[in-house]
Amino acid sequence: MTTAIDHSLLDPPRLPREPLMETNAAITESVWVRRTLTAVALLFLAFFLLLPLVAVFAEALRNGVGTYVEALKDSDALDAIKLTLIAAAIAVPLNLVFGLSAAWCIAKFEFRGKALLISLIDLPFSVSPVVAGLVYVLIFGAQGWAGPWLAEHDIKVIFAVPGIVLATVFVTFPFIARELIPLMQEQGTDDEQAALSLGATGWQTFWRVTLPNIKWGLLYGVLLCNARAMGEFGAVSVVSGHIRGQTNTMPLHVEILYNEYQFAAAFAVASLLAALALVTLSIKSWLEWRHADELSALRRH
Amino acid sequence: MGFTLVYLSLLVLIPLAGVFFKSAGLGWDGFWHVALSPRVLAALKLSFGAALIAACINAVFGTLVAWVFVRYQFPGKRLFDAAIDLPFALPTAVAGIALTALYAGNGWIGQYLEPMGIKVAFSPLGVIVACTFIGLPFVVRTVQPVLEEAEKELEEAAASLGANRWQTITRVILPSVLPALLTGFALAFARAVGEYGSVIFIAGNLPMVSEIAPLLIIIKLEEFDYAGATAVAATMLMLSFVLLLIINGLQAWARSRKARNK
Repeated sequence: MTTAIDHSLLDPPRLPREPLMETNAAITESVWVRRTLTAVALLFLAFFLLLPLVAVFAEALRNGVGTYVEALKDSDALDAIKLTLIAAAIAVPLNLVFGLSAAWCIAKFEFRGKALLISLIDLPFSVSPVVAGLVYVLIFGAQGWAGPWLAEHDIKVIFAVPGIVLATVFVTFPFIARELIPLMQEQGTDDEQAALSLGATGWQTFWRVTLPNIKWGLLYGVLLCNARAMGEFGAVSVVSGHIRGQTNTMPLHVEILYNEYQFAAAFAVASLLAALALVTLSIKSWLEWRHADELSALRRH
Repeated sequence: MGFTLVYLSLLVLIPLAGVFFKSAGLGWDGFWHVALSPRVLAALKLSFGAALIAACINAVFGTLVAWVFVRYQFPGKRLFDAAIDLPFALPTAVAGIALTALYAGNGWIGQYLEPMGIKVAFSPLGVIVACTFIGLPFVVRTVQPVLEEAEKELEEAAASLGANRWQTITRVILPSVLPALLTGFALAFARAVGEYGSVIFIAGNLPMVSEIAPLLIIIKLEEFDYAGATAVAATMLMLSFVLLLIINGLQAWARSRKARNK
């Protein structure tokens, strides 16, 4: 009979990997409770978030790479991609300028009705995109207020590109301002005052002091704004009129193909949009890890 | 400053005011005639009901997810953390067709649920699933930072005073998270009520059964019934404002209760 040697006594004492407080039994749950909770949470996420994403790519490639490429080379699809890019290229810079000036005047100046202004900026978040589209039809549509005047001057807004751009601007309106306001509020006006007192002009102060301070927050906002601008469906659907090759954006093209039972083609275009979402998410996560301190001011998204 | 106000009012305020003016053009009776017609009522009930259920699901699971992320260590945490924002980044139409493909009778999930008699796609249940998908990040992202800042000392104090873990969680942690939870709930709810893109694919859009209010607006628009469309829109806007006011009130109440307890 041999006696088993307890090797654990010979091992060097193990230091706890986490601070003692983390493993304090009084303020944490038993291992099984922890594992169950983690498993439930991850299963929920897998079912609700990851599976749909996987499904998009799986469905897109179901009939092979050939059909996939074919669907994207279709001229209607190319037109839709082009229009989506144009709409985003107009809407994002517009909201960039607005977001900057709104955040600037909210963060650097004191005035009455500031809280009201902030909640008004948030308004498009809580308004249904369909209602957002509807309001522009009411104004610029054939029966709308500006309708007759526009018809006289042969300007088309609804069922044309300007309407799509307007709807996109409305929906993506709060993104950049929302990111910048808390950031600029936290930074205060000390840096700007120092620059001004050293003789910089207002413009120089903005380019050399304010902008570098907020550049990561700004990039973050632009990223979210762009993702929404390219993916907007409800609002654009109301104002676009779905004219193929003319007023069809990528999300609308997905819908048309889907309703025509061209599932593989629909998912092919959808996979492009999903890829855009993935790129957005990775840049966003990268920004959060690398520049967490500069973005820290109240992350709401 | 001036630019901000002009831009804001041109693009947001005037158009929204337009909705109310236009529906006022219907007159009081005309407005109620549209707003209380059975089809509109059914659509509003579905939109708000499904959004409410989805927001409740999100409140429970969103808090659980936030808790797991903040307190526990597990492999792939960063990846899952990044994935939370997927519903923000993924275009709603893409989410809609993906969810439909999953839950349809021949889909990956649907093929197991359908034999059990659970029909998700093309039924009100599908609306709830879509609303849950798009609302999830709102709850997680509002609760997570609050949990991160929660002081462990309070929990230790509770434990040292003889509270068991369950008591500590329900009496100490939950009250401090409640305002954030309500905010996240409200945001998820507001978003789900107005959601269009991801819902219409999975809903099946049967009038009176699985037709949501935003879709009804579009149907009325396509019939050139502009006044009817605006009446539905105005009703939706008013109901959302009322609900947001109630939730804001709840939040203020939770905050003042917290302040009193300190």
